[in-house]
Amino acid sequence: MTGVHIIALVSALVTITVIVELIRRRYIHERFAVIWLLVALVIAFFAIFPTIFNSLAHSLGVKDPPSLLSVLGVLFLLLVCVRLSWEVGRLQERTEVLAEEVALLRKEFEDAAEGAPTRD
Amino acid sequence: MTDSGASSIPNEPDAVSASKRRVLIVIPAWNEHESVGSVIEEIRSVNPEWDLLVVDDGSTDSTAAAARQAGAGVVSAPFNLGVGGAMRVGFRYALNHGYDVVVQVDADGQHNPAEIASLLAGFDDSPVPQMVIGARFAGSGDYDVQRARRVAMRLLAASLSRMAGEKLTDVTSGFRAHNRQAIAIFARFYPTDYLADTVESLAILARSGGRVTQRPAVMRQRLAGRPSQSKWKASVYLARIVLVLGLTLIRRPPHVS
Repeated sequence: MTGVHIIALVSALVTITVIVELIRRRYIHERFAVIWLLVALVIAFFAIFPTIFNSLAHSLGVKDPPSLLSVLGVLFLLLVCVRLSWEVGRLQERTEVLAEEVALLRKEFEDAAEGAPTRD
Repeated sequence: MTDSGASSIPNEPDAVSASKRRVLIVIPAWNEHESVGSVIEEIRSVNPEWDLLVVDDGSTDSTAAAARQAGAGVVSAPFNLGVGGAMRVGFRYALNHGYDVVVQVDADGQHNPAEIASLLAGFDDSPVPQMVIGARFAGSGDYDVQRARRVAMRLLAASLSRMAGEKLTDVTSGFRAHNRQAIAIFARFYPTDYLADTVESLAILARSGGRVTQRPAVMRQRLAGRPSQSKWKASVYLARIVLVLGLTLIRRPPHVS
């Protein structure tokens, strides 16, 4: 076992531990837990069987397996970014709706508190 | 400016004798204007003493108006929260207004209001959080489910039964009664993720020393809407059930004090 494999194994273990612990403490919701659990498992799989990744790279015509790893990693992170942008947009929209709702409720509350609302 | 319409909340008796349980029926409803009215009327005809709260979960149809016209209190969420989120609204309302029991009833008419009393009879006197599930049994009613779905349900039932220390056959049933202690927990911690609302809520209660039991109930055909029945959907459902169950098992129960 080379130094690289040991590093890979250790980082896979750390990743899995951290993710499972975050899920266990309810810091990560179901919708994101799935992604990160899969990531952890994939990392672990290739850390334990690095030859499988190497032959996968060669069968795809990639001469240097680590560069395939970086490309896949970047692609995956890009997808995660898109997903997060989508989530942020959704959250922003909901925050706006909530703020509008609160503003309207405050007006109605003030009207009701005045007893006789001043409207026609 | 028009009236918000949020004024017709269930009336609150100012003094209640301790012996008499105040029951709130919570009906989460998302675009159920066809059935919600008759469900409310039917519940009222069974027992007019029960207060009714329809949680209009961001409906785009006339669900809220139909519910109000039928005489229920209505709270409208500004956007869709999912059944779990809608139920949490119901639990918080119940907590704020001192209800002793919350009964969840679906707005599509598949739960028979005549069986609510049977759920209520499932509580015992112990001061622990309690939940009584109205469970459909194999062969009862004309409710049929896909095989993948059945496998999922069996798997779920087996592991949650072990957790609860009680034989449970239908843990995804949305026909449930909760006592005061359970209301206090769920007002804060009712899970809102898809499917987790039924599965994880049960686990939370069981793990915080609660008592989860079931009573037989016959499900009826829905008055409106139809259950998802395609093979693909059933398989996805199975996968999600396994996932939710897995998450439930590794997750720490919320800190209930």
